[in-house]
Amino acid sequence: MALITIFCAVSLNFLLFRVVPGDAVSNLARVPNSTVAQQQALRHEFGLDRSIGAQYVAYLRELAHGNLGRSFANGQPVSKNLGEALGNTLPMVLLGTVVAIVAGIATGVLGAVRRGTRTDRALTVSSLAVYALPAQWVGLLLLFLLGGVFPSGGRVDEFLIEPSAWQHAVDVLWHMTLPSLVVGLTLFGQYALLTRTATLETLSEDYVLTARAKGLSTPRIVRRHVLRNAMLPISTMIALTLGSVVGGVVLIETVFSWPGIGRAVYSAVTSRDYPMLQGAFLVLTVVVVVCNYVSDLVCLRLDPRITA
Amino acid sequence: MSQFRFLRRPAIAVAAGVLALTLLVALFAPLLAAGEAGRRVGPVFGGPSSAHLLGLDDAGQDVLSLLLHGARTVLIVGAAASLVAVLIGCAVGVLAGYAGGWVDTVLMRVTDYFLVVPALPFMIVVAAIWGPSLDHIILVIGLLSWTQMARLTRAQTMSLRERGYIVRARGLGSSHLRIVTRHLLPHLTPLVVANAALTVATAIFAEAALAFLGLGDPTSVSWGRMIEHAFSRSALSAGAWWAFVPPGLCIAAVVVACSVIGQGVAEIANPQLQRDHLPPRRVRLRATPAGGGEDDGGGSESGPRLSGRTAATVMEES
Repeated sequence: MALITIFCAVSLNFLLFRVVPGDAVSNLARVPNSTVAQQQALRHEFGLDRSIGAQYVAYLRELAHGNLGRSFANGQPVSKNLGEALGNTLPMVLLGTVVAIVAGIATGVLGAVRRGTRTDRALTVSSLAVYALPAQWVGLLLLFLLGGVFPSGGRVDEFLIEPSAWQHAVDVLWHMTLPSLVVGLTLFGQYALLTRTATLETLSEDYVLTARAKGLSTPRIVRRHVLRNAMLPISTMIALTLGSVVGGVVLIETVFSWPGIGRAVYSAVTSRDYPMLQGAFLVLTVVVVVCNYVSDLVCLRLDPRITA
Repeated sequence: MSQFRFLRRPAIAVAAGVLALTLLVALFAPLLAAGEAGRRVGPVFGGPSSAHLLGLDDAGQDVLSLLLHGARTVLIVGAAASLVAVLIGCAVGVLAGYAGGWVDTVLMRVTDYFLVVPALPFMIVVAAIWGPSLDHIILVIGLLSWTQMARLTRAQTMSLRERGYIVRARGLGSSHLRIVTRHLLPHLTPLVVANAALTVATAIFAEAALAFLGLGDPTSVSWGRMIEHAFSRSALSAGAWWAFVPPGLCIAAVVVACSVIGQGVAEIANPQLQRDHLPPRRVRLRATPAGGGEDDGGGSESGPRLSGRTAATVMEES
């Protein structure tokens, strides 16, 4: 199932980059004194003079061999560029997400259990506010407030000479703090609100009434009966957002000059680096599909009623 | 007036007020800030003063007037993009849910693709290729924000399709068009309104994001572009917080308002969310001394005292 979706996505992505006006050569051909013959030679070199069908077959064949083409911009294989970028993005996003999941679920459950009280209102309003602030703005504000304490951009300190592995790790983590914090904050609001709704929905189920009739204490009901059932929509949502966060991180990466996948997409767009862009789209789509697949698997494990 | 009953909830009333205020500001921006926007009125990054309450930006323009003018772009993009998303989403969802069969399969495959495609990178690509203009931004955002709407309306349509009154209408010979417009759509309205409000919020976010990457409409002022200017023209190193803090707060206020309204409508449409089966919390029963002569210094009332939100419930039960 997931494979079919990936195949459809690959095909549609391929189409997407064929229907855009102007191929890469018309951009390269803006070089002064380029002749029509040279342009034709370039088209031939990149295989752009063949029919769409032939290009599609060639693309699929190369893809099956793990070849995503070469970047127009720096001549490196796209897979190498993307691997590096993804390797920079994932730790940063994961750190932020873990923080957001823990804080968000705790906040959401607390708000739902105390529904209607002042605690609930304060928690809901603050998570809504955090959710509503644009990520780039939160990043700017943190830079403004903490710019002197934490490094303002980049992933490593360029002036560190031959750092040991430990020094390197500390350096990266130090640079990662602010961007991860922004990722965490933007996700936190979403998770808290979602958890609250999911928990509220569960609280109205009849088995909660039964549990209460049995004389169970509130913490026990929440832990054993409510949270376990509320985890279904929550885990689905977390998996879904995780996939889109990797793509949406471009804003945060721009603010903190983080050399990740978002920056890669953005610079590929501005330099019309189509192989890179196509590869990045493929990777991002696969990340989302894999996340969805994982969420299905998690649901399967969490809920014995669902069968594959 | 029953359809305006939801305004009685304080949170929703405040949210509606924020939106109404933004709308008024957007309509009357040229009057409120006559001739001030787009003109240099003082030093670059001049601080807040009595003449310029929110200070000046990187080009010496009054931040407050820019904010007022920016409300226009934000509301136009939010409303128009949301409208595009609602139209596409409803059309796809109702068609898929009502027709079923292979139509459903094909439409849901397409929806799945748009659901997994990385939205922001996709918007960046299309906006960069089409060139920056307000129409393009609206279309791009609308084209990528309809999936949720399609899935919700499809699910609802599928359940409504089998209800007695629709089956009977079909039996009486109503055309499909009539069934959809007269019997289905009215029932979908609360769902659509709730989701449209949330779509406005995401559209405003998306506009700010595109503007921040320099893909916004260069001829119009928007809150997203103000943040972008502050970032790319070093308001940070100039210490000019007033150049980027106000537009961000404005975006947040409008987004919160839209979300609150969307949530409120959804909650009213689905009363299931309003009850729970947890034991009442914070209930203290305190019997007064049998003699009844002395008060133990607490409240003035006598008899068992109840506090907490579910006092009424407990009274019923006890």
